[in-house]
Amino acid sequence: MKIGYLIRRLLFLFAVVWVAATLVFFIPRLSTRNPIRERFAEIARSTGFAPKDLEQIIAAYEVKFGLNKPLLEQYVEYMGGVLRGDLGPSLTRFPVTVLDLILTALPWTIGLLVVTTLIAFALGNLLGALASWPRSPAFIKGLMAPLMMLQAIPAYLLGLLLIFFIAFRLRLLPMGGAYSQGVLPSFTLEFILDAARHQILPAISLILSSVGFWALGMRGMGVTIQGEDYVTFAEHKGLNPFTIFTRYYMRNALLPQITGLALAFGNIIVSGVLVEQLYGLPGLGGVLGDAILKNDYFVIYGITLFVILAIAILMFLMDLIYPLLDPRIRYES
Amino acid sequence: MTSTKPVLRVIDLQVSYYTEAGRALALDRASLELYPGEKLGMVGESGCGKSTMALAMMRMIKPPGRIEGGQVFIDDIDLMTLPEAKMRKARLSLISYIPQGAMNSLNPVLRIEAQMRDAIKEHLPTMRDAEVQARIYEALESVELRREVARMYPHELSGGMKQRVCIAIGILLGPKVIIADEPTSALDVVTQRQVMETLDRIQKQLGAAMILIGHDMGLMAQFVDKVAVMYAGKFTEISPVRDIFTNPLHPYARALIESLPTLNNKGVFKGIPGLAPSLINRPPGCTFHPRCPEAMEICKSVPPALIHRWDGRQVACYLYDHDGRRADEPAAVSAR
Amino acid sequence: MTQITIASPQAQTRSERYQHPSRLTLTLRYLRRNKSLVIGLAIALALALFSIVGSLTIDTEKLAYPLAVKPKQPPSPEYPLGTDFFGRDMLAVMVRGVWQTAVIGLIAGAIGTGVGVVLGFLSAYYGGAVDTLIRGITEVLLPIPAFLILVIIAGSIDRRSVTIYTMALIVSLLAWMGPTRIMRAQVLSLKERLFVNVAKLSGMGNLEIVFKEILPNMLPFILASFVSGVFAGIFSSFGLSVLGLGPLREPLIGNTIWFAQQQAAFFNGWWWWPLWPTLALILIFVSLTLINIGLDELANPRVRRTE
Repeated sequence: MKIGYLIRRLLFLFAVVWVAATLVFFIPRLSTRNPIRERFAEIARSTGFAPKDLEQIIAAYEVKFGLNKPLLEQYVEYMGGVLRGDLGPSLTRFPVTVLDLILTALPWTIGLLVVTTLIAFALGNLLGALASWPRSPAFIKGLMAPLMMLQAIPAYLLGLLLIFFIAFRLRLLPMGGAYSQGVLPSFTLEFILDAARHQILPAISLILSSVGFWALGMRGMGVTIQGEDYVTFAEHKGLNPFTIFTRYYMRNALLPQITGLALAFGNIIVSGVLVEQLYGLPGLGGVLGDAILKNDYFVIYGITLFVILAIAILMFLMDLIYPLLDPRIRYES
Repeated sequence: MTSTKPVLRVIDLQVSYYTEAGRALALDRASLELYPGEKLGMVGESGCGKSTMALAMMRMIKPPGRIEGGQVFIDDIDLMTLPEAKMRKARLSLISYIPQGAMNSLNPVLRIEAQMRDAIKEHLPTMRDAEVQARIYEALESVELRREVARMYPHELSGGMKQRVCIAIGILLGPKVIIADEPTSALDVVTQRQVMETLDRIQKQLGAAMILIGHDMGLMAQFVDKVAVMYAGKFTEISPVRDIFTNPLHPYARALIESLPTLNNKGVFKGIPGLAPSLINRPPGCTFHPRCPEAMEICKSVPPALIHRWDGRQVACYLYDHDGRRADEPAAVSAR
Repeated sequence: MTQITIASPQAQTRSERYQHPSRLTLTLRYLRRNKSLVIGLAIALALALFSIVGSLTIDTEKLAYPLAVKPKQPPSPEYPLGTDFFGRDMLAVMVRGVWQTAVIGLIAGAIGTGVGVVLGFLSAYYGGAVDTLIRGITEVLLPIPAFLILVIIAGSIDRRSVTIYTMALIVSLLAWMGPTRIMRAQVLSLKERLFVNVAKLSGMGNLEIVFKEILPNMLPFILASFVSGVFAGIFSSFGLSVLGLGPLREPLIGNTIWFAQQQAAFFNGWWWWPLWPTLALILIFVSLTLINIGLDELANPRVRRTE
């Protein structure tokens, strides 16, 4: 692979991360809110007790968090922290750091998103490919319209409907949470099954709302590729339909779909975060919703930055993988 | 032409396209015979049905087109009656097709050898890998491509090289009939020559019958034995190449020859008046009659049949009677 | 390779004795074929009517806010859509909420598309450094999920001062990148087309070319971009509200759902509270998607089915 290509993608990655981190740094500081002060105000309000030397305590904390230094210095320190992975402490769960919270929540989110994305991508592309293949059964082609409508609806809303019909009305599956109340997380089969049961509705919400997108894209691709000369020539060679479908059609049609996957990472993660919030799952979405409720700014900013970084890195990895799949790109200067 | 039996016999092949505007008769009971080792050039205007004929012979006509009748015999097998699976087997092994636009005919994500291998494996699944590989190299060598090309991807090859790869694929299984559909139209003159020489050499090596489709009469003249002139889905004349150029029988063939620029009358261009006929609303009788300088009454009502003359030439025109003699020729000349 | 020359003498005779139908008839006939557009517009119209008629007949100023009526009531003749935990009449909430959600979407769509047209146009028409700059910014900002930045913005603002209009503005801040890219591509392709060069050669001033030649050809794309912008605006504002970052006082659909979730509505059996907003929003998104599909067909003659 050409070094030039690698370097350019890397530079782009750094640019995106830098811009995002800068935005995350400056935007909150543009407002006049003081998270420390607000936090203390809230503690005072909920406990009914305010320490006498409140101002001095606030000042001390400000020094501790470096909020009294000039903006530029804070920026540099902040960037340094970001590079080290230090996103600051959580305001509400001090001294637990933001990073700790994120890392604890991450496995849940990764599990849910990876599984649902793989299923939706595979299923959607297969359905779309079959829908554009002339010899497919009619019902597959009929699926396209309802799938198209489904993908217009955000996963969150589909989730609400699912909760209403399946959890509330039919009581078949739990309404939310990652595991049943009173159960302690452990590596027993019982716990795993219980947790899996709780992931079904969230997973279905995410899958249903994204399958249509892949299916439609693939179908559109399919129509184009079937008109291509190499598919016709493959028939001239007397190849059987299955071989043509897989080696000549799918292998070419999937390439732009994979690019689409990389571009869709942002949407996937945002939908995931919202769905987690809906079902009260302890992933990044749950932590974010919680932080917003409690005004834990550092967590809010930390999660945002983390997610942006994750997306940028994933896109970069995609950029690296793509040339391996499409030989035409490999030799581009 | 040492054997007496034709390797390819097309009898009354008919293809129509059903469009929103109506039914377009693209191939009107076309018939043709080829002997092993013979080279036939098929010429005609765009849309006259040349490619339709090729596709029909391969049974590759897709909706809204439909093969409505006719037989295509290769030796004694009628391709039109074969079940789909057997027809797939026949393609490439009995009759192969070299496409027009080689630019896009190769799968961009597969190496050349992979694309050749899957063709071989499809037809000869029990062949050992070493043999398959040997055959691939053999095919590449016969089109004068280096062995290294096998490991390359299509986008690494030039247009001429890609065309030669397609030819190599077309001869992989030693078919009896090879159809080359305008193999050189997208190429520059130098590459054209190389590709035509390759085709020539291959055809001699295999002893296959070849149909070369095109509209470059000059190219035809250098390569083929016989020329078939097609107009609106029908053969108007089938003659040996020399005869077509020196003494074309059918008025359309003559007009085509006369429209070829010569060194003597530079700058003077002669075309054929009128437009190509609509295949949906075909003129009654002989489809050429509206543009024919020698049209007669009968031409307007009854389509002429393709007559086999005593000298082996075939023509479909009322200027020639049942034996193929020109009506107004003195007997001495026509018995030449 | 086989070209079919269709001379169609039938069509000729048809046009001879044909009296061209009026514009209205042609439009209606087209609409009959473009079912997507029709259904989408119909749903949108129905929702608009619901909102407008509702706001005229119900006192939403009072009933859509807390402590207006008896709380936690299931749907009944008195309260057709039930009431929520805080004593809001759900019917009033829906009437007001649908309207407010639509307004946010329209504003966001308008600003996003407007800025997109201007920037995309400047970028493509003048090229050079301007193009590189605008394109650079757009490309770097695109991978960043706008929603997350919006979370930060919304999270930094004093919640009490957020109104639906501030919300609309926030959402518009990051809505221009997509439209800019599309508009730029369109202007670029149009710029190269011959008719623009012909106009230039015939002495048309630059500004004249812009308004008379380029913009009219971009109208379908601008319209489609606008509809997409409305969709994205409503989606973003919904996302923010449903996380608790919206103007909580207002009965925005997202807010209503957030409140319902916070109070564990399903758990407590108050199913009607989150259900109506969900259904209404689904209808809004479906209608916008259908309109988009319909516009797609309108804009792309190749996709358009012929009569």
